[in-house]
Amino acid sequence: MLEAIDVSLVNWSRAQFALTAMYHWIFVPLTLGITFIIAIMETIYVKTGDPQWKKITKFWMTLFGINFAIGVATGIILEFEFGTNWSNYSWFVGDIFGAPLAIEGILAFFMESTFVAIMFFGWNKVSKKVHLTATWLTAIGANLSALWILVANAWMQNPVGMQFNPETARNEMVSFWDVLFSPMAVDKFLHTTSSGFVLAAIFVIGISAWFILKKREIVFARKSIAVAAVFGFLASIYVIFTGDSSARNIAQNQPMKFAAFEGLYNGSEGAGLIALGVMSTTDTDHTNENLMDFNMKLEIPNILSYMAYMDWNAFVPGINDLINGNEQYGYMSANEKIERGKAAILKLKEFKEAKKGGNDQLAESIKAEFQTKDFQENYFKYFGYGYITDPNVLIPSVPLSFYSFHIMVFLGMYFILFFFLSFLFVIRGKLEKHRKFLWLAVWTIPLAYIAQQCGWIVAEVGRQPWVVQDLLPTLAAVTKISTSAVQVTFWLFAGIFTILLIAELKIMMRQIKIGPKIKEEGGHN
Amino acid sequence: MFESLSHLALQQYWWVIVSLLGALFVFLTFVQGGQTLIYSIGKTDTERSLLVNTLGRKWEFTFTTLVTFGGAFFASFPLFYATSFGGAYWVWMAILFFFVIQAVSYEYRKKPANLLGARTYEIFLILNGAFGTILVGTAVGTFFNGAMFSLNDMNNVQWETPFRGLEAVLTFHNVALGLAVFFLARVLGALYFINSVDDANVYERSKKQVLYNAVPFLVFFLYFLIALLFQDGFAVDAATGTVSMESYKYLHNLLAMPVVTLILLVGVVGVLWGIASSLFKASQGGIWFAGGGTVLVVWMLFLVAGFNNTAFYPSSFDLQSSLTIQNASSSHFTLTAMSYVSLFVPFVLAYIVWVWKAMNNKKIDADEIGEDSHSY
Repeated sequence: MLEAIDVSLVNWSRAQFALTAMYHWIFVPLTLGITFIIAIMETIYVKTGDPQWKKITKFWMTLFGINFAIGVATGIILEFEFGTNWSNYSWFVGDIFGAPLAIEGILAFFMESTFVAIMFFGWNKVSKKVHLTATWLTAIGANLSALWILVANAWMQNPVGMQFNPETARNEMVSFWDVLFSPMAVDKFLHTTSSGFVLAAIFVIGISAWFILKKREIVFARKSIAVAAVFGFLASIYVIFTGDSSARNIAQNQPMKFAAFEGLYNGSEGAGLIALGVMSTTDTDHTNENLMDFNMKLEIPNILSYMAYMDWNAFVPGINDLINGNEQYGYMSANEKIERGKAAILKLKEFKEAKKGGNDQLAESIKAEFQTKDFQENYFKYFGYGYITDPNVLIPSVPLSFYSFHIMVFLGMYFILFFFLSFLFVIRGKLEKHRKFLWLAVWTIPLAYIAQQCGWIVAEVGRQPWVVQDLLPTLAAVTKISTSAVQVTFWLFAGIFTILLIAELKIMMRQIKIGPKIKEEGGHN
Repeated sequence: MFESLSHLALQQYWWVIVSLLGALFVFLTFVQGGQTLIYSIGKTDTERSLLVNTLGRKWEFTFTTLVTFGGAFFASFPLFYATSFGGAYWVWMAILFFFVIQAVSYEYRKKPANLLGARTYEIFLILNGAFGTILVGTAVGTFFNGAMFSLNDMNNVQWETPFRGLEAVLTFHNVALGLAVFFLARVLGALYFINSVDDANVYERSKKQVLYNAVPFLVFFLYFLIALLFQDGFAVDAATGTVSMESYKYLHNLLAMPVVTLILLVGVVGVLWGIASSLFKASQGGIWFAGGGTVLVVWMLFLVAGFNNTAFYPSSFDLQSSLTIQNASSSHFTLTAMSYVSLFVPFVLAYIVWVWKAMNNKKIDADEIGEDSHSY
């Protein structure tokens, strides 16, 4: 059933997906947030009739347009890449996964792309109120796009609302609402979009701070900062709440990912949270109970147990518990899961052979057995483990997960403080005096992008080797194609995306330098 | 309400929707066709900017329709999505590449400090216009001529040539469809300029381009259509699902589905009338006849490919691996859920039409580009 798949093919396919997704993710968070900031600014313009607000709106809209174009360019590849590079996956779960993608196109992409045309070109073609509505609809459309793809992603992390059909050898949807409203999906959507709001607010504050430092467009900058600071402050608090609840979800559904990003090798009751740590650079041997995971760490006792289970003394499994098993706390060993997964795959094979051989009676009885609750919960649940030969591949990269998670969390905390100070200085009218803070604001822009990419790494590297948690590992999901073909497309997209990114940054910086030109009254604007 | 429909009825319903999306996409490639004409019709920088801005207000519809076509195909016929995209790797990757370079070109072309220069972005638009249409058309040709793949008992695809789909260009019938789509897109692009641009030079040159491109379009399209009527097709035994070759299969399909044939002919007449009225009656609304006709023709061709017990994505390597709307579809549950979503489609079309009207109620001229703060 599973023919020999070249590991390098899996790795290159993963690399290509990571490349395209991470490039796409440079641009999406800004779109998610800045569209709302623009909509708020335009609302103020329509309410007050103050033409300055129109200029402010238009300036940020110009920057949004530059970002949006490359966001679209890097996005189309992702829509098709599930098919081109993960075709086995596309069949195995297409019955569930395809639906959100289609809904995304029908309900969200069209909304976004239709109304964005009015937003950019409709100033003199429709009334003020219609234009404002179009701007809001663009923002809503952009965020709805995120909703559906994140529902799809959440489903891969925690597959719910489906049942395996041996006849078609795939999973089929049995509850649309379970897929849409799974707690994982809700948290993922709220956490991701609100983090986009945070990035956009930082973007607006940072660029406005640059204008103040250059003693240009002071009024524009202060007004922009006022809007962005409030928007960002509220969003950043929300990010922390949704992040906390995401972590709890992960602890329950993806304990290995949780253990990896918390750097927890050996589980314990009342587990402590490693707030800061430097991991040992020597290779970690997970079979060694006394391994030195950290050269240095600052641990706060009991917090991790509380975070994960709302109980100060709960047992939190570590990587070793999940691999070796822990009978006392009811954790099955990886080897046992592998055996059960193999049994499920074998059963499917028997079914297929009975079908092929025309033995319908046998096929029916195997099918019935397949669908019993016992088989589903004790064997099929571990289906994907049947493809695994070495339990060690079940451990994602711990340093990458650990550092990405901690950088993300620390930056998230810092952003709250940053927004608070921005707001404080702007309402006290003292922004111009705090030149150091203004420079800090400029340099906070790249930090926001780093936090976004870290979040992506935590979510996607942490779940390795699973494409669909426990059901389908990457090596069984990949399209069988020559590695060199994937290498060619990898470098092709790496090249073109990098060139376009450089072009985007140059254009963006030039437009910022040109500025909103608030004082010049001109044109028909 | 959809729950009570049979699985087959839902499969047919979704084939109609996916086909319609494909048909709308081909109509909307007037953007691609127009892009390939920016140097033939726009002789000065101002004229080129006028053309680019005219298309620039519409390109996202084409793009979004393509993406939605992919998504809807994935949701309703996931085995096609897995088989064709994973199998014909190079074809789809090439198509994607040429759409990636389109997406930035409008926005970045005239912006200062754009790294590559306006001309490069214009070349990107031309490449997208040419290869985007030819490759998509050629790929759709394989719906009638077959592709070289096989599926194992887990429905995993194995492609039987190292060219991963590019071998489709070796079948002239596929390429004829690709070229027909290309020249049709150029005809539609020129008709769109006639309809939307307020400039005498652009009008005259567009009219010439309609004629120059209508001729090769008709040659390739008629060749494709006539050859299709006479060729063997991939028939499916309704009872057993066995696929076999049948002489004159597509002709039989047209005869078996007279409504489809009638709509197809109406579509052809629409396209011809759109072209003729623009050339001989100085009509400016030719795009609507030709565009509407295009939608009908392409829509019906998809139905001919998939209905009346026909394999819509046949394998010429292993007949029994061929995909039909029955063996490639989603489950009854998923199709039902998606059918409820499809009820939103008229609503989406309505706001698109409304926005289109609002944006096109006055023709675009050079003044508008000059005064607009957000021109391309």
